[in-house]
Amino acid sequence: MSDAARDPVAEPIRFVDERLGAAKLIRGALDYVFPDHWSFLLGELALYAFVILVATGTYLALFFEPSTTQLVYHGAYGPLHGVQMSGAYASALDISYGVPAGLLLRQTHHWAALLFIAAIVVHLMRVFFTGAFRKPRELNYVVGVAMLAIGVLEGFLGYSLVDDLLSGMGLAIAYGVVLSIPLVGGQVGALLWGGQYPGSVAFEPRLFIAHVFLVPAILATLIAVHLAMIVRQHHTQFRGPGRQEHNVVGTPMWPAYALRSLSWFATTAAVLVLLGGLVQINPIWQWGPYEVAQGTNGAQPDWYLGWLIGALRIMPAWEPRFWGHTWAGNPFFGGVVFPTVVFAVLFAWPWLEQRFITRDFATHHLLDRPRDNPWRTAIGAAFFSWVFTVFFAGAADRILVSVGIPYETQVWLARGAFFVAPVIVGVAAYRIASELRRSDLHPLRGAVARRVVRRPDGSFATVADEVEPGAG
Amino acid sequence: MRLLARLLAAVAAWRAVRRGAAQDRAPLPPPPPPEPDPRARRVGARADAERLVAALLIACGLCGVAFVVVYATSANTQLLGAAAGLALVLLAVALAVASFAVVPQETAVEPRPPLEAPAEVEPAARELRDVGEGVSRRGLITAAAGVAGAGLAAAAITPAASLGPRAKGLGAAPWRRGTRLLDQDGRPLRAAALVVGAFATAFAEGADRRELGSPVVVVRLREDEVHLPAARRAWAPQGILAFSKICTHAGCAVSLFRYPLDQQTSKTPALVCPCHYSTFDPRRAGRVEFGPAGRPLPQLPLAIAADGTLVAAGPMSGPIGPAWWGVGHS
Repeated sequence: MSDAARDPVAEPIRFVDERLGAAKLIRGALDYVFPDHWSFLLGELALYAFVILVATGTYLALFFEPSTTQLVYHGAYGPLHGVQMSGAYASALDISYGVPAGLLLRQTHHWAALLFIAAIVVHLMRVFFTGAFRKPRELNYVVGVAMLAIGVLEGFLGYSLVDDLLSGMGLAIAYGVVLSIPLVGGQVGALLWGGQYPGSVAFEPRLFIAHVFLVPAILATLIAVHLAMIVRQHHTQFRGPGRQEHNVVGTPMWPAYALRSLSWFATTAAVLVLLGGLVQINPIWQWGPYEVAQGTNGAQPDWYLGWLIGALRIMPAWEPRFWGHTWAGNPFFGGVVFPTVVFAVLFAWPWLEQRFITRDFATHHLLDRPRDNPWRTAIGAAFFSWVFTVFFAGAADRILVSVGIPYETQVWLARGAFFVAPVIVGVAAYRIASELRRSDLHPLRGAVARRVVRRPDGSFATVADEVEPGAG
Repeated sequence: MRLLARLLAAVAAWRAVRRGAAQDRAPLPPPPPPEPDPRARRVGARADAERLVAALLIACGLCGVAFVVVYATSANTQLLGAAAGLALVLLAVALAVASFAVVPQETAVEPRPPLEAPAEVEPAARELRDVGEGVSRRGLITAAAGVAGAGLAAAAITPAASLGPRAKGLGAAPWRRGTRLLDQDGRPLRAAALVVGAFATAFAEGADRRELGSPVVVVRLREDEVHLPAARRAWAPQGILAFSKICTHAGCAVSLFRYPLDQQTSKTPALVCPCHYSTFDPRRAGRVEFGPAGRPLPQLPLAIAADGTLVAAGPMSGPIGPAWWGVGHS
């Protein structure tokens, strides 16, 4: 046997290569180039948060009991002894107080869910404002937007499972939204819940299987598709020295980028575990078990549902009712129409932009800066500010408590801002972007400068000269 | 005159914007030429960086051991989180230092071959179309396949109907004439227990408390405050009123009661849902005063039995809970 055959690195590669022909693939993977820019880490952040979610969620699922069967509590959390509650809530209490490291993992799971969706949203905005969704990446953009929608649903399912007071209030609202759908809402609601809310005992296991199997499987599949498409197309890159449409400039996967990315994963995990261990989140033992007859003031959902509660709150009391039917319950407008419009715009954006703004059907691998396409930047800023306005309206009760502006006044302000804020933000963003773009295209146009020249004999002279465009 | 001047200014501004807009759509200049070639490779780890990485990795391992020790002794959540978090922080720093100062640093240029192969499009389409080559009853087979697909799809989706009953029972409530109102502890609610301004939750006797139609809010107002429609005059004995506790907006519990302590400065009495702040006026049969709810809270007619307990004088005035297509029927 030669030395090469015994080489501990080469030998496994040879083994796989001789059976699967994988050596070329491995080499391609090691040489895969990642452009160096911090904003490319946002998508990785979402991916790593998902990994943490799966890891912590698997652990939690081993202890959680998805049952609404009522029992009288005598578990690990003393203050609620003797209280009637569901098996689900009781097991969540026991995970928090009885299972060693259970609370750490439960809180890490919750923080990871908040981070997962936040990272997707910021990643989406990065992709939007840099035009990374343009041909040939429209499909991957659509997969990404779908993951955002599914991620929001998954988060909602997760905190609904626990059957504490807040999760029950959230489910009641979901029930109200489903019922409000024209024509079929009542039937769909009765099907999903197995009858009138809070529904049959079958509902909780349905919620559980959706949260721990169906939706995560869909998310994992979409993540795989998302990554496969990136590998096929390679990353986009910003303009810069040597960067062309037909190349990628950056750090190869092996070894520097792999270490860097693992470091980023460890950073993500570190922040989440530190938050999970040191910063309390969703202390369910303080909310108490859910009862249909109970509700609490100042209740707020996880942040990523704030825009939906805001939409439900600022919608005026309008419930069209004629010919003996309620054509759409009021929650339909804030809970179905508004998010549908938001996601429809997001999904359709690559084609809307192509058709109405750029008329640009070419392939792009070089990114725009926000200033490079003022119309996209303006519409995007207007759109996101529109959603954020509604988001802030969802916090009006907290603002009332901390600042003292009357709730009704805030709702009326938010209703006005719903129409006005996007216009103001859009116009401002347009002006800023287009000014920056023009000054970039023609730096120091028309400026007159004086040059100081040193003559061969050592003396100095000033020369008036017009700076050439592009020279600055 | 001033108006005209402003109009002219607006038109001029608009035209400037239009001109600017045309400029803003102009394509960007081509990317700069590939000079200088960004390719670079630097080998040679810094000795101090190597030592630092080793130290960080050892510290990371020790923190992992600390986690195990904490788990075996106190299992304190904060200590567990701090130990695991610190281990991960040390690992992250070690990997970052290794990535930037130990392993070879390289900026590489990878070609990006075109994705498309236009010459293959038409042949691929032709091969797909070949399925019908020499087949004379293409339409028939396609239609038959459609029948098979539709039948199978219908069969596959039908079991989903077992998920739940039909929507018939939505909005139903267990209240009948003579049903007694029970308090939180299951004791009959007595009229005498409610002073003016009182707010209580009551449940239908004999019904599951988790049933959506069971809970009602009971409030007592001054009798001269109550302005019910003529048909409901008798529903509020001694100014005591009962409404479904389930908000007609989205089904949360209407668990806030605003009652003015000072008539001069306070707002009028109101029942408020904490989810989206639908505000109902108990003096006027639960009418919506503010917020998103689309219809009044259903009212439960009350009577005071001979023994002083509160009983329902009839069923709820309408379907309880959030609106759906069929809510208008009853």
